[in-house]
Amino acid sequence: MVRRRLAVGVLTLFLVSVVVFLATEVLPGNAAYAILGRTATPARLHALEASLHLNRGIFDQYWVWISGLFTGRLGNSLVNGLPVWSYVEPRIVNSAVLVFVAGAAGAILGVALGAVAALRKDSWFDHITSVVVLAVTSLPEFVVAIGLIILLSTVVWHILPAVSLLAPGTYAWSQPELLVLPAATLVIVIVPYILRMMRAAMVEALESDYVEMARLKGVPEWRIVLMHALPNAIAPTIQVIGLNFLYLAGGIVIVEYVFNFPGIGQGLVFAVNDRDVPVVQFIVLVLAAFYVVVNIVTDVIALLATPRRRIAR
Amino acid sequence: MAVNAPAASPAARTPPQNVKRIRRHQWASLLWVAIRTPRGAIGLGLASFVVLVAVIGPFVAPQSPYALVTLAFGKPNGQFLLGGDFLGRDVLSRVLNGGWLLLIMAACATALGIVGGAAAGVSAAYLRGRSDGIIMRTVDVILAFPQLVFALLLLSLLGPRLWLITIAVGVSHAPQVARVIRSATLDITERDFVKAAELQGMRPAKVMAKEILPNLVSPLMVEAGLRLTYSIVIISGLAFLGFGQEPPAANWGLMINENRIGLSLNPWSVIVPAALIALLTIGTNTFTDAFARVTIGVDRRPEEAALIDDLGGEVSE
Amino acid sequence: MSHRAAPPIQTTPAQRGIRLKVADLEVRLGRSGPDVVSEISFAVQAGEVLGLVGESGSGKSTVALALLGHARRGLRITAGQVLLDGQNLLALPPGDLRAVRGARVSYVPQDPSSALNPTLRVGTQLREALRVHAGVIDNPADRVAQVMQEAYLDATPEMLRRYPHQLSGGQQQRITLAMAFACRPSLIVLDEPTTGLDVSTQRHVLDTVRSMCRSYGVAAVYVSHDLAVVSGLVSDVAVMYAGRIVEIGPTARLFREPVHPYTRGLIEAVPSPERAEALTGIDGQQPRPGRRGAGCSFAPRCGHAIGDCTTEDPEPVVIAGRSVRCLRVWDIQATRPERAAAVACPPATTEAPTLSVRGICASYGSTPVLFDVGLEVPPRACVAVVGESGSGKTTLARCVAGLHSNWTGEITFQGAPLARGARQRGKDVLQRVQYIFQNPYTSLNPRKTVGQIVAQQLEQFVDLPFRERSARVVQVLEDVSLGGDFLSRYPDQLSGGERQRVAIARALVVQPDLLICDEVTSSLDVSVQAIIVELLRRIQQERQLAMIFITHNLALVRSIAQSAVVLCEGAVAESGSVEQVLERPVNPYTIRLMEDVPKLVGLERPGTSGSAASGRRVDP
Repeated sequence: MVRRRLAVGVLTLFLVSVVVFLATEVLPGNAAYAILGRTATPARLHALEASLHLNRGIFDQYWVWISGLFTGRLGNSLVNGLPVWSYVEPRIVNSAVLVFVAGAAGAILGVALGAVAALRKDSWFDHITSVVVLAVTSLPEFVVAIGLIILLSTVVWHILPAVSLLAPGTYAWSQPELLVLPAATLVIVIVPYILRMMRAAMVEALESDYVEMARLKGVPEWRIVLMHALPNAIAPTIQVIGLNFLYLAGGIVIVEYVFNFPGIGQGLVFAVNDRDVPVVQFIVLVLAAFYVVVNIVTDVIALLATPRRRIAR
Repeated sequence: MAVNAPAASPAARTPPQNVKRIRRHQWASLLWVAIRTPRGAIGLGLASFVVLVAVIGPFVAPQSPYALVTLAFGKPNGQFLLGGDFLGRDVLSRVLNGGWLLLIMAACATALGIVGGAAAGVSAAYLRGRSDGIIMRTVDVILAFPQLVFALLLLSLLGPRLWLITIAVGVSHAPQVARVIRSATLDITERDFVKAAELQGMRPAKVMAKEILPNLVSPLMVEAGLRLTYSIVIISGLAFLGFGQEPPAANWGLMINENRIGLSLNPWSVIVPAALIALLTIGTNTFTDAFARVTIGVDRRPEEAALIDDLGGEVSE
Repeated sequence: MSHRAAPPIQTTPAQRGIRLKVADLEVRLGRSGPDVVSEISFAVQAGEVLGLVGESGSGKSTVALALLGHARRGLRITAGQVLLDGQNLLALPPGDLRAVRGARVSYVPQDPSSALNPTLRVGTQLREALRVHAGVIDNPADRVAQVMQEAYLDATPEMLRRYPHQLSGGQQQRITLAMAFACRPSLIVLDEPTTGLDVSTQRHVLDTVRSMCRSYGVAAVYVSHDLAVVSGLVSDVAVMYAGRIVEIGPTARLFREPVHPYTRGLIEAVPSPERAEALTGIDGQQPRPGRRGAGCSFAPRCGHAIGDCTTEDPEPVVIAGRSVRCLRVWDIQATRPERAAAVACPPATTEAPTLSVRGICASYGSTPVLFDVGLEVPPRACVAVVGESGSGKTTLARCVAGLHSNWTGEITFQGAPLARGARQRGKDVLQRVQYIFQNPYTSLNPRKTVGQIVAQQLEQFVDLPFRERSARVVQVLEDVSLGGDFLSRYPDQLSGGERQRVAIARALVVQPDLLICDEVTSSLDVSVQAIIVELLRRIQQERQLAMIFITHNLALVRSIAQSAVVLCEGAVAESGSVEQVLERPVNPYTIRLMEDVPKLVGLERPGTSGSAASGRRVDP
């Protein structure tokens, strides 16, 4: 089972790389011309095309790119001339820290609150939670980010810095307080989804036939919650947690931009603005790879949690 | 003499009364029921309010959205109710002018996503086999991109054209819609009444149109509501990042970004457009949620519905 | 986290024989809503089994759960006492009640596949039954092994390590039986535990229950809708209707001479494998909670009802050794229940068969399901295809209808070979072969009215002007005893029996020559089943249709078919005339099937040879 998912994952990655590549090279508008814009003279076009390998056949170009990925020769950024990898690597690390901190905190909070809401179904806690969840899931991330800034940074209170002054190239843990607002924004955005799923799964488990049977056997309530309901509620929740990690891959784009956090999302926005093609290609591929890996890990964990799928009859 | 018992007294023959009557245009009556729930009313109210502001706004704005009429980040006063933005333009006028394009783009992107996704999903489910496999693999590949990143990728290559943004967002919706519709369709095609139609010699296209599609309207509408919300979120997000209308256009997302630096001076230049976007998305999402709850009540699988009805409410015997 | 021992038992010498005494039990929808069951009173002796019988909606499951002090979501036990060995369970505080559940009274569920936690191993769940009642058992491992053996399970560690989905339905149910007997309780409540099990497994389960009750002096309450099953197992029967017990008494006498009109109707609706008789059902529907007016709930459907029946609520009257809730008890008891008329067998014919099936081998994907199956349907005759789940009978029906095209072999209809799939068949062939699905809840499009559903069928095949078409639709609806006012109703508003009649009407409106009925009564109550089967038989004879009747219920076969084919795991085990197959089976599978099928004990039926002679009930 796992092997098959791996194979599908690799295939998907391959397809994604092709799509990314084709999108960059094949769509209208010669890349070199688009980059040089009005400063394009035939000579400069020619030179740029050569450096971008645009003068070779399309398969050649793809091969150069793909092999470059594996050997670390990703070309240079068109903006600052630096090798792509050294430009992007610290950003990757920073974003990774942000994603995992936010993801872990969000998952734990979501699961805990969801379980409580399920156990206290139809109480005031449950009702308020459900209304808040509905409202928050509707909001765009940048609105949440701005809201937090207004609340904690500029207008109401002034506890945390609104904007990160980290120079690009430094690592986030050198100034941890700068992680707080971006992480908080992301946590606020993902907790409702996890909470909702956990609550629904717990409620379904608590109202199931096997829990009723356990009650009729005289099993005490604490044991029912921990040993009967929770294991069944976890599997679908894991799927949602995985989906939210995936979401974070895109969500960090806006959040990093708002807080000026030197991560991969901000890097992408800058690169797109500057039409820095090699950087854009690489970042998109990294994000897609992240996607595929998270998908696989989520599926495997969910599989482990569901004996019915894991073990054939 | 048990049979032919009292030529059925009416009591024995009348159907259970606590069943909602399904009318010909079920979706219309469901919408009406949804509007009457508290969530539905609130959702519709919020969304309508913002839509009204966006649509009527340009005609009632006191100033031109481009004119420099006051101090940069000037505080609100009698003449300029929301103060000035970072260049000194009237925030109120800009706000009133800043929403209509967002609505249009979001609506178009949603329509594109729904139509494309539904077509793919229904075909995949009904045709099965190779076509199903091909369609769903494509869906998976597209879903491997975060929607925002996908849009950004396209924009990086072709430049921030508005029509491109709309199409990119629409295309990124399609896979999710396809998945949902495909599973709903699979569910329906398994039902016996579809097979009964096949036994009548109906051709697949006709079966699809007459038997399957009417049963798909509800899940489709719920999905449309969700997609609309996300379209607004993404498009305003892109505008915030600078991939929308170019300055000096009045655009809520753009305004939020432009005026961020002056939050401590005139927060209204940021708060009001942000609040409008928030109210709109909360409104659409809440209404969709209300509608979804109503359809789950009626659209549940017939066996379950029958069980509930048979047992007089939520009693199981 | 307290392992509380069950509170001490108080018994008086006079009560020692009675294990369970229920007095005036009442359960309502919510605290003050309409009652779901009321005035439930009965007693069960140690070592004996009481059968609680009723159709869906009668409230029997609600009573079963109340015996453990439990009520489903939305329901509340509002009055009465449940005295287990003299102690009222309903008055116990929650902690004590929890200690009693599983230890002194236990429950066997209807659907073991959903009653066992899919993420816990079977052994864990079994040991849990013992572990939560500390102080009951010294050596859990021994008890587990013992109880598994008693339930005919392999008491191996390997079995205990399995997850529920790795066991068959029968094994799962035996696990729940083992769990129920683990603490050696005083009372066991079994809620339709053999639903969904095949006949042989069902027999094993019943045998297990019987022997364990006898060995340990355990009292049991057995809830069921299946009169035949109950009659062979229980010593006393309580018949429930609309939340009340309408008749309660010793099994043999009750089944031999039922007094309450509902009980009579129910027994007459049960088909007999020994005699071809016309089944009589009970028209109408059981009223739901909240819809039960003043007076006797059965009055609207009762042939003996008088004016008072609709205003006065009958109290239980003791008569002929049992208690009956009816105003006209004395009058009714004096009359004999009508004996069902025997059904005439149409004469054998030498004409060419309408349908001839030869050498069918069918598969689902790469899994073969049917192996060289054949049968013949003579014109104007009904052939029953009988088998348990997994035997391939539905697959066969679908191959004939064209719904399943992955088969090889030969199917000839009225002389011409049939194409594999419905898409390849001509319209006139499709018209002449009609199919009725098993599940009435999914075979009708919920977005269309009854009229539209039937009319559409007609439109597809026959070109008629509007007025004639409508007239035909109304006519066929009347033929299935649905009035014209059903035209504008939607399927949601119909009961299961009514929906199935619409499905039959839909099939009949195009005047087919062959009707395929795929387990059309399996999801219906006994009384409704009788009506539908009788309707089909009448229509088949009136319209001279050939018919294939698929079922798992051997007894039904007698009342509708002239010849039978028995399928076992995809192959034909036996075929021949109905008398031959049911009375003189040759194949060991069929023989075992006939032995294991529960029969309605207590009725003396004259030895038969399938002749048209009608008989009388034999006096005791």
